Amino acid sequence: MRVADAIVKALEKEGVKVAFGIPGGAIMEVYDALYDSNIRHILSRHEQGAVHMADGYARATGKVGVAFATSGPGATNTVTGITTAYMDSSPIIVFTGQVPRAMIGNDAFQEADITGITMPVTKHNYLVTNERDMLRIIKEAFYIALAGRPGPVLIDLPKDVTQADIEFNYPEKVEIVGYKPRIQGHPRQIKRAVELIMKSERPIILAGGGVRLSNAHPEVLELAEKIPAFVVTTLMGKGAIPEEHPLCLGFIGMHGTKYGNYAIMDSDLIIAVGCRFSDRTVGRFDEFAPDAKIIHIDIDPAEIGKNVRVDVPIVGDAKHVLREIIKMVEFKARKEWFEHVSELRRSYPLRYNFKEDVIKPQFVVNKVYEVFPDAIVTTEVGQCQMWAAQYFKVKYPRQFITSGGLGTMGFGFPAAIGAKVAFPDRVVVDIAGDGSFLMNIQELATAVDYGINVVVCVLNNAYLGMVRQWQELFYNKRYSATRLRYPELSFEKVARGFGAYGITVERPSEVKDALKEAGDVDKPVVIDFYVEIGENVFPFVPPGRSLREVIG
Amino acid sequence: MKRTIAVLVENRPGVLARVSSLFRRRGFNIESLSVGITEREDISRMTIVVDGDERTIEQVTKQLNKLIEVIKVSDVSENSVHRELALIKVNAPPDRRGEIIEIANIFRARIVDVARESFVIEITGDEDKINAFIDLMRQYGIKEVARTGVVSMVRGSKVTSV
Repeated sequence: MRVADAIVKALEKEGVKVAFGIPGGAIMEVYDALYDSNIRHILSRHEQGAVHMADGYARATGKVGVAFATSGPGATNTVTGITTAYMDSSPIIVFTGQVPRAMIGNDAFQEADITGITMPVTKHNYLVTNERDMLRIIKEAFYIALAGRPGPVLIDLPKDVTQADIEFNYPEKVEIVGYKPRIQGHPRQIKRAVELIMKSERPIILAGGGVRLSNAHPEVLELAEKIPAFVVTTLMGKGAIPEEHPLCLGFIGMHGTKYGNYAIMDSDLIIAVGCRFSDRTVGRFDEFAPDAKIIHIDIDPAEIGKNVRVDVPIVGDAKHVLREIIKMVEFKARKEWFEHVSELRRSYPLRYNFKEDVIKPQFVVNKVYEVFPDAIVTTEVGQCQMWAAQYFKVKYPRQFITSGGLGTMGFGFPAAIGAKVAFPDRVVVDIAGDGSFLMNIQELATAVDYGINVVVCVLNNAYLGMVRQWQELFYNKRYSATRLRYPELSFEKVARGFGAYGITVERPSEVKDALKEAGDVDKPVVIDFYVEIGENVFPFVPPGRSLREVIG
Repeated sequence: MKRTIAVLVENRPGVLARVSSLFRRRGFNIESLSVGITEREDISRMTIVVDGDERTIEQVTKQLNKLIEVIKVSDVSENSVHRELALIKVNAPPDRRGEIIEIANIFRARIVDVARESFVIEITGDEDKINAFIDLMRQYGIKEVARTGVVSMVRGSKVTSV
């Protein structure tokens, strides 16, 4: 069997239903094989878009997302997408074409050393030099992408390899001597954790993206209710617990809720689950939660002790470890702590000043939540992302999809397309900024072409808003290169030009109707909300400061 | 703090690049690195001398372990035999050859090439011994030094293998 056909057959065996990508010279054999396959292929309009789509698909479903690109520029265009997936531990596999083996290293046309380039941003990558390794590599790639801490895998396919002939013997099992992630936590550490929990008077759970990756949402909720403990999340952990739940204090960090930040700073025990204590989440490392002991549960031993000191490290899968802890902890009333946190919540609510005459961006997100509470929400990056995180209250796991680690502007729209492909019956909304949306706006063609009807809500404030905010607060209002808008620019017209539906909204009273209209239209929709220019994201912990030093 | 770490890896193209890329990316300092195959052809052994505080060394170990092709990472700093080989080309005018040969003998170094005005000397030992020898050779004028980097093995019956 031709290797290209074997690749496609292997993907079918792995249960791949959809793939995203763009063909080109070096990967034409694979596309030729895809022509006869049941795998649905979505032609993106830029390879970065294809990888974000595969990533969005993976985040929405928990399955491996698959993308294809050709050699050279096709391959290099995938790098931002791959790095985005790497930073947020998203399981994707990217297949790239490569020049024929004999030409590798000769600077051939459209040759790029993509395995060299992506070495630091993939969990693992392969250059297939012998066609006999092809099927083993695909089997390994699916295993590696999902096992332990998930991540992206790249497979580089020299054209002559894809043309070669092999027998289709797809391996049943994977055998990698050096890679066996630890699933069960160490019983002694678990016992120590339980002892700390029972002793604690002010416990708090910090839930990260690992909760989603391990499908440990029910366990987080059960543990929180059993102890009982409040739950704060990282940005990636949003959805670890329904955010309207009385024990949930929202997300913490630079733009997290004030009451969440204060609560974790006042706690005497942090039960951290699947998070990496990033600088954006904990602020100043050496002043973080000074009274708290820390239990850190993570499947990646390298994350434990990397950024903050840890008292009880537990390496293992969150779901398994939490199950064990739940068995052993007992309910203990902590009245003072609960009163204290309730007081924090009353005293420091999230707030903004509604205006009659100009649209507040927070108001838009509020209305998105009101009109589409069950929607899958993706975000771009910057102010729009933070307002989305603050005002959209997530109900179920995998509902909120955002580029947390790399902070990739241009991620949200293609990720929304990927999520919508996975869940065509759900409303999928990308909360965007005018800057971010422009970075992958070409995917409007993809959305219209395939009838992938996502709703893009552009919080158009005429600026690269987050940079503008920092210029205002830290750079003496010297707005260097942040203004984006000019009179002729109309996202409504751009949308129409692509064949999508466009709406421009300039008054608060029209916001809700526009959203409802978007929900009824049988097309991808771009709503251009002219929001207040100069609105800043608060609360705001300036970079390098402790979570107590909140502005706003 | 200097630590010597033995890393068993799958003997495949690109593994060395993966390991060295990891060190560069994470800002770890490599003092020396040597690679060769082991008792098994499909497995190579890297001996890496790293300089860093305890936390850095811990991260080095953990991050190395995350690489798919890394099979085992062991700290072999303590209770081990450490050996390095160096070739030193040194000026050896006829009137000073006697002295050089004498010093070489004391260090159990061997003169492996003799030319009209120079020797090539081979010396094996731990890092300190080689440094000491090189220092002594300076007075004659060193023309060239090539060192292999340290390889290490734990003493006794304990093994560092798969």
